[in-house]
Amino acid sequence: MCLAIPMRLIKINGVAGVAEVDGVTRTVRLDLLPEAILGDYVLIHAGLAIARVDPRHAEETLALLRSLTDEVC
Amino acid sequence: MKYVDEFRDQALVRDLARRLATLAPGPATIMEVCGTHTMAAARFGLKSLLPPEVRLISGPGCPVCVTAPEDLDAFLALGAEPRVVLVSFGDMLRVPGSHTSLEALRANGAEVRVVYSPLDVVKLARQTPEQHRVFLGVGFETTMPATALAIRAAAQCGLDNFSVWCVHKTMPAALRALLGGGEARVSGLLCPGHVTTIIGAGAYDFIPREFSLPCAVAGFEPVDMLLGIESILRQLKTGRAMVDNVYTRAVQVPPNPRAQKLLKEVFVPGDASWRGLGVIPGSGVRIREAYARHDARIRFPRVWERLHPPPPSACRCGEVLRGALPPGECPLFGGKCTPAQPLGPCMVSSEGACAAAYRYER
Repeated sequence: MCLAIPMRLIKINGVAGVAEVDGVTRTVRLDLLPEAILGDYVLIHAGLAIARVDPRHAEETLALLRSLTDEVC
Repeated sequence: MKYVDEFRDQALVRDLARRLATLAPGPATIMEVCGTHTMAAARFGLKSLLPPEVRLISGPGCPVCVTAPEDLDAFLALGAEPRVVLVSFGDMLRVPGSHTSLEALRANGAEVRVVYSPLDVVKLARQTPEQHRVFLGVGFETTMPATALAIRAAAQCGLDNFSVWCVHKTMPAALRALLGGGEARVSGLLCPGHVTTIIGAGAYDFIPREFSLPCAVAGFEPVDMLLGIESILRQLKTGRAMVDNVYTRAVQVPPNPRAQKLLKEVFVPGDASWRGLGVIPGSGVRIREAYARHDARIRFPRVWERLHPPPPSACRCGEVLRGALPPGECPLFGGKCTPAQPLGPCMVSSEGACAAAYRYER
C-alpha cells in the first residue's frame, strides 16, 4: 500500500500540480513539498507528493555502485 | 521510467548479490517491515539472490493485513446505515471480515466505491449531498497525510456528508512492541522507505540503541533492497548497529515538517488494535475533536451494537504478521486458503506475505 511512483512535475499552481510519467498525467497535491519546482521528480502516493527525488543523491548511489562493479570485473 | 529502471539494472543487481555472499556473517534473519518490500522481494525473486544462510521474513507492514477484524467488521456494518456509501482503497475490497466483505456487499447490491485518493472522496461527497460517504482510512504514515488533507478540505467546504473510519497506524510503536515481545527472532530490520519520507530516518534510532539491531531504510527497487540488506549484513559483521539510510534520493533523517504539522493539526495519537499484535498503546491516531463532524466513529457511535461475535477461524495471519510463522508452514496455505478463496487478509492483499508466497514462491 505504500507504493509511490516517481513522476515529473509539469505544472504547478499553488499546492496543486500536474505530474507525468510515461505519457500518463494526473493532478497531484504539493502541500508537503513547497520547495518543489517544475521539472522535479516527485514520489506520488494516493494523489499526494510525499517526497522530492534528489537527482544528486540518486546519481551518487548509482556511481558508487558502478565503481564497485568495475573493481570486481 | 526514470529513477526506476536504473535501480533495476541487472548488472548492478548481480554484482550486489555477489558482494552479499562475501558478507554473510552466519545465519541471519532480516525482517522487511513494509508490505511493499514483501511484494517487491517476491516479484523480483530477491530471496534467490541471497546467501543461503540469510533469511528474509515479512513483518507487520501490510496495512490491510494488520487491520483488526473488529475494526473492519464495524466499517462493513456502517454500510447498513441509511444514506451511507462505503468508500475504500481497492486493496480492502476482497479482505474478508468476520461475516462479509466489501466485495460481497457490492455483489449483494450495495454501492461501494473504490478510490485512488481520499481527496477524490471529498469531490464525490460534494457531488452527492444526499449520500454520506464514509472512507476507510487505512495505511501507515505514508498514507495519513492524504487522509488529513481530505478531512481538512471537507471541513473547509463545510461538508456534512463526508467522514473517515480511521484505522491509520504508526510504525515505530508497532516495531517497539514487536521487538519487545521477543517472539520474532530477527537480526536486522529493513525499514520502510516511503513511511520514512514522512517520519524521517531518525524515528528508528531507538532500535539500535535499545535492541542493538541494525536497521537500513531502503527503497523498493531490487538495487535499493539489496543495498539495504548489504548494509545490515555489514553492520552484523562489524558488530556496530545503526540506522543506515540507503534511500538518500528520497529520505532524510528529520521528518517532513509540513507533514508533521498537517498530521498534528488533524490527528491526535491514540491506541490502535492490530491483527496479530493486539492493542498497542500510541500506535494509532484519532481524529481531533475540531474535526469530529468528519469522524465516522463519532457520527455513528451505535454501530458497535450491531456487531455479531466473529465465528472461530483457523487463520494464522496473526503469527505470520509477527514474523513467527512462515506462510508456507500454515496448514491452510494453498489448500483451504488461496487467493481465490482467502481465509485471511495475508492471502488477499497484494502485499500480504501469504499472497506473495503463493504467487511467486510455491
